[in-house]
Parts: sequence; C-alpha cells; structure tokens
Amino acid sequence: MVDAAFFVAGLALLGVGWEVYKAIGPANGGKVLGVRILPRTENTAMPHVWAMFRAFSKPEVRGSSRSILSVVAAGAWFSGRMALAGLFLGVVIGMTLAIVMARYKIAERGLLPYVVLSQTVPLIALAPLVVSWGGKLKIGGFTWQRWMSAAAISAFLAFFPIAIGALRGLTSPSPAALELMDSYAAPWWKTLVKLRLPSSVPYLVPALKLAASAAVVGTIVAEISTGLRGGIGRLIIEYSREGTSQPAKVFTALFGAAALGLAMAGLVALLDAFASRHRPREAST
Amino acid sequence: MSAVADLRRRTQHALVPIGFGVAFLTVWELFVRVRHIKPYLLPRPSAIWGELHGNATLIRKAVIVSGTNALVGLLVGIVAGVAVAFAAGHFKIVNRLVTPMAIAVSAMPIIVIASILYNLISATSQVPRRLMAAVIVFFVVFVNVAKGLTQVDRTQTELMRSYAASDVEILRKVRIPNALSHFFTALKVAAPLAVVTAFVSEYFGGLQDGLGAKITSNVSNSRDAVAWAYVVGACLLGLLFYGTSVLAERFAMPWQARRVER
Amino acid sequence: MTAPAVEVRGVTKVFNKGKANQVEALTDIDLTITPGELVSLIGPSGCGKSTLLRLIASLIEPTAGTVLVNGKPAEQARRDQDYGMAFQQSGLFDWRTVTKNIELPLELRGWDRAKRRAQAAAMLDLVKLGDFADHYPWELSGGMQQRVAIARALAFTPALLLMDEPFGALDEMTREHMQSELIGICAQTRTTVVFVTHSIPEAVYLSNRVVVMSPRPGRIAARIDVDLGARNDDTREASEFFKKVTEVREALRGFEHVEAMPRGIEDR
Repeated sequence: MVDAAFFVAGLALLGVGWEVYKAIGPANGGKVLGVRILPRTENTAMPHVWAMFRAFSKPEVRGSSRSILSVVAAGAWFSGRMALAGLFLGVVIGMTLAIVMARYKIAERGLLPYVVLSQTVPLIALAPLVVSWGGKLKIGGFTWQRWMSAAAISAFLAFFPIAIGALRGLTSPSPAALELMDSYAAPWWKTLVKLRLPSSVPYLVPALKLAASAAVVGTIVAEISTGLRGGIGRLIIEYSREGTSQPAKVFTALFGAAALGLAMAGLVALLDAFASRHRPREAST
Repeated sequence: MSAVADLRRRTQHALVPIGFGVAFLTVWELFVRVRHIKPYLLPRPSAIWGELHGNATLIRKAVIVSGTNALVGLLVGIVAGVAVAFAAGHFKIVNRLVTPMAIAVSAMPIIVIASILYNLISATSQVPRRLMAAVIVFFVVFVNVAKGLTQVDRTQTELMRSYAASDVEILRKVRIPNALSHFFTALKVAAPLAVVTAFVSEYFGGLQDGLGAKITSNVSNSRDAVAWAYVVGACLLGLLFYGTSVLAERFAMPWQARRVER
Repeated sequence: MTAPAVEVRGVTKVFNKGKANQVEALTDIDLTITPGELVSLIGPSGCGKSTLLRLIASLIEPTAGTVLVNGKPAEQARRDQDYGMAFQQSGLFDWRTVTKNIELPLELRGWDRAKRRAQAAAMLDLVKLGDFADHYPWELSGGMQQRVAIARALAFTPALLLMDEPFGALDEMTREHMQSELIGICAQTRTTVVFVTHSIPEAVYLSNRVVVMSPRPGRIAARIDVDLGARNDDTREASEFFKKVTEVREALRGFEHVEAMPRGIEDR
C-alpha cells in the first residue's frame, strides 16, 4: 500500500517536473553540447498536463458524438483482445515447446540455443513481413486475416519467455521427487501432470509477466505496421499526426496504451494469486 | 573425463543445434520450391542470400544507423541506470520513488512514447530513437543493479560489521562485486533490447534510414526477399550486441565463466 | 591473575522493546571465560546462544549489563579487531580466490600486499589447504570452505575466536574431522574460543566447559566442566565421554516440560 502511495507520488512528481520544464524550457527546443535534445515547450509540442486530461472529454472528430475517452477505451479493448489471443497462443506454443524439450534431450540441445538466441535477436523485425500475409495467404478455404497477423506477432514475442520459464520449471523437480514417481512406475506423462507441471507454476508466473508485456507491445507494433484499424496502436499514429492541431490528443492514446499494459499485468497478478494461493512466493530466476 | 573426450563430447553437442538449423533451412528451401510458394509470402533462403549479397552496402548502412542509435541509447541508459541505482542504495527516498515506477513501466508498452518524442524534439534527428532506447535500458539496468547493491548475503554483511568496516568499505568490497553479476544479467537483456527499440522507434515516425523503415518499405513494395535480407541484418546486429555483452561478462567476471562451465 | 578473555555481567537483551512483538532473548547472564578456554554454548532453539555470541562480538548491544572482551568494552574490542568470527555459512566471497578471501580483513586494516600474502599463506597452511590458494570457493567442498572461513577468522591471530555453529552444515564425518582440526589449531595458537552448537557430542568433545542455556528468555542453566584431557580419535568412545554427554543431556532435558515457546524472531 505504501508502495502505491509512492507510485502516485512519483507520478505527481513527474507531472510537476513536466510543468516546470514547460515553464522554463526553450519554446523551440534547444541544444545541449551541440545535440538537439531539449524538448520544445510550446503548446503544440508539449501540452499542459491538465490539457491532456481535458482532451479525454472532447469529441473525437468535430461533430462526432463519441468522446475521445470512449474511442480510446474501445481501442484499448480491441488491442487488449488481440494481445490476449496472442498471449494465449504464445502460452500454448511455449508450453508445448517446453514439454517437448523436457521430454527429448536432443530436442533441448537442438532447439534451446535458438530459443535463447531468439530473445537476443529482434524478432519484431519480422512484423511487417508477417503482416503482409494479410489477405494474401490462403490455406484451403481459410484466408489469413490482417488481425491474425497482429495476434501472431504477439504470440511470437510472448512464447519465448514462456518456453524458457516453462522449461526451467518442468526440469526443476528434485531428483528425490522424480525417483519417487519412478518408484510408483509412473509413465512420463503422468509425472508431467502430477509433478512437473505443478512444480513449474512458480517459474511460469514471472515468465507470464514478461510474456504479457511482450504481447501488448507486439500487438501495438503490429497494428502500426499493418495500419490495422480499431486498435490503440492505430490511434496513437493517427493522433500523433494531428499533433500540431490537437497536441493533447495523442497523450490520451498513450494513457490508453499504458492502461492496457497495466490491465494485462493486473490480470497476470490475479492469475498468480489464484495459482499460488497455497504456496510460498514465486521462484526468483 | 580426458580433455580430448571432453572436447569431442562438446563438439557433438554443438553439432545438434547446427544440424537442426541446417535441416530447417533445407526444409524451408524445398518447401518453397516444391509448393511454388509465391515470393511475396515466403521467399527461398537462397533468394534471401542472393539479396543479402546484392544489397550488402545498403544493408550495412541501415545496420550502422540502427546500430549507432542502439549503442548510444545503451550507453546512456547504462550510465543513468547505474547512477540512479547507487543513489537509490544510498538515499532511501530515491529507491521508494523510482522502484514502483520501474515496476509499472515494465508492464507498460513504453515504446509508444516514441510517438511524442519526434514531436517534442525533432522529426529529423536520431535523438528521439536514442532517447527511447536509453529510457528502456535505464529501467532494466536500474532494477537489476539496485537489487545487486541491496540484496547482499546476510553472512557477508555480518562479517564486514565484525570487522568494524565502514559503509564505504562495505560498498566497495561487498555490494559492488555483488552488483556486478546483476549488472551483467541486465546487460544481456538490455543490449538486444536497445537494438529492438532502435528500429521499432522508426515505425513511429522520423527519418526513414534505419532497419525498421527499410524493412517496412521493402515489404510495401513487395520486395520480400530484400526485406528478409534486412531482417537477417537486424538479427546479426542483435547477436552482435548480445555476444559482446557475454564477452564483457566473461572478461569482467572470469570466476563466473569457470563456474558455468562446470 | 590474567584478565578474563570475556566477561559478561548481568546482561539482558530485549528485542523490539516497547513494541507489540517484544521478545526477551536473554535474562541476567553472567559468564566469565578465561584465556585459552574453549567454551561451548548449547541449548534448545531460541535459547539465545547466538544472541549471546553476537553480544560478545558487539554486533548487537545489550539492553542491560556489560560485556568486556580482553578487559575492554566489546565495541572497542571489535574496533581493535581482537577477535575473529566464523558463521554457519562460510560467507566466502564468490569473486575472490581462497587467498584473497583470507586477505579481506587484512586489506581492511591497511596491511601491505607482501605482508598480506605471507599471512594468508601461513593461515592456509595452518588449516592444511595450502594447495588451494588460487581456487575459488565454489571449487571447494563444504568442509574445505569452512576451513577457509576459519583461516580467515584467524587472519590477525586473534586471542579470541567466536564461532556460531560453523560445522552445522557439514556431514557427521567431516564434522568430527573438523572438530579435531579445530582443537589442533587452537592448541597451536592458544586461542580462546566461544563455540555455539546444537550438538551435545560436539560440545563435549571440543570444550573445557559446556554452558547450558535455558529456553527463551535465555538464562544459564548449568555450567559443566569437561575434563577429558588431550583429545584424540579414541576420546569419542571413552566412557568418560559418554558420562559427560549424558550429564549435558540431562541438564538440557530439564526443559522438555516447558510449554511451547511463542513464535518469535530468531535468536540473533
């Protein structure tokens, strides 16, 4: 609870800092050591903090009956659903991969280096390519929808932390526990269900946090590269283009994206609380 | 196990992923050829290789642009992250203010602020991207280094107190070496992240000279094989950053490397 | 008469005084230890033996009473580095070699490199680990790590050694071996030792005197002199040894009828 208070205090401090800089900073931005790094403080670039909040109540488009708040909320909801789809898919793929790697040592040896390296390699570079499949890829009677690209990219980013976390968790039971299952003549998949999977919960939780965050980023970036309508990524780009006429608008979309991220994190936290209700705290990786 | 047998075993182990990789590329190539997959869906690895060679100079230029942005952002973020972590170790108030923010930021897609950075600073310079990368790196480095400075083995602090060691001595001899391993954990995550941030920021606007923009433009011009070639460039850049981090860790903490090899 | 190595007078220790979770760890402790003695503190969990050790080490302050080490207040003794300390975890630094670990206290006192090297080497020989000077702690077994920790504790060849269950994490055979080693080292260096332990045979084997403590709030319940002469491999099988072990056990058994202690802080 005290942490929450400090968080709010931190936010307030940021807001104050914003206004202070706005008051004293150069209207057209400035240079530090020859580098143009100081932000512009005029209202078209740097709106007042209260203007950002006021913008929520304005109509989205002149004459429209929908307020920005409702548009942003709808956008966040749209993106949120895709991120969840991506997260779910990522969990399924990640867990499957982890189980295969836990079962077959050769799979682990052959695939794990790629799994690890993929976290270092900017997979999101593939986003525009995956997105280009939209409308073009046809398998049987099934056409790849554009929104599937967004979900796929989300899943792509989400599945790696899950795969790594799950693999760690699945291989975490002590030799004593494994020997116990052997003494019951339990087949591998029974050991999986009764021992390995429950043991992996404390490892999956931090992995899920990472994956949820990655899924949100993946969705938003995918929307931006696709031009997919309806989501918050699209709104961010649209509103930032209106930057000079309505500078505060883009901030509403940013807050929406932040809220989305926090909502996903909250969801994972709830899942954590539920899954770990009889356990000590999560394992630190 | 003798050294020779050990080496042989290690080589055999290393061959497995290489084997998987080669098999994967072969299947990919055959699949595209046999099923006559259109190039705008999935180009052949051989075609990608061709484009990689053909556009080598251009690709290298884009890699340098994105790479420089990532590097500048990484360095700035590291300096800031370490500095604030030390401040947080010393002044409780800094810790209490920054840590909840860091946790919240890790949940949010903070990269979206790239969109306003172009407006705030300049749409024609690389500074917004570098700043974006710096911000993301800062949070990763801060969280880990702060943890390393404060979460020290209890026996070790008791020992130092039994030596009547001053706070500075405890910092130098215990907290900092402890934080070093946490720092490298952060670096191995932050370095590739800086690369990703550098070119994802390009999707939000600004100059179109880096890897992100080039990939997008080639895709929209249906030059998929070329786009894939740029992707390979991006992957190599990411690997370079990660590999350098791993080497830096081995260099700075030789005792850790020997331990892992056990 | 030589000054006592350790003099504890009327010491009481209360944790979290005045708050809801107040705990009286020690009550009215009087203990005098003569130089060259090896005294064990033994008692059930929560009896305050570790707390008493830390009071002697001046890592915590008594709520009442005084602690004198080498005739000085405990805090002064700590500043003068009059004692060495070993804990249950070896507390070795992963990033330092064995030698550098032993040199740590010497560095803090500003000894120059040559002197440090020489002293560390000497201590390493004392614990018979000279061959492992450039190894890292994780390359050594648990018993060896504890030997390094003891070598480090002896770095200044202090007159007093404080040990908090240093062999607690070791297996029985290594433990017995380490006990013999410790006796050998102390005989050579003529160090006074205060040794906290959970193990009755260990207390009897090592000590000249066993101090039995009662459960929280800790008091000294019994002081048992142990006169087994020079220790060797046969000592543990001698009938006098078993008699002493029984004597200590009986002293401890008196507490079985005490009701369950309230859960509180660990006895530090």
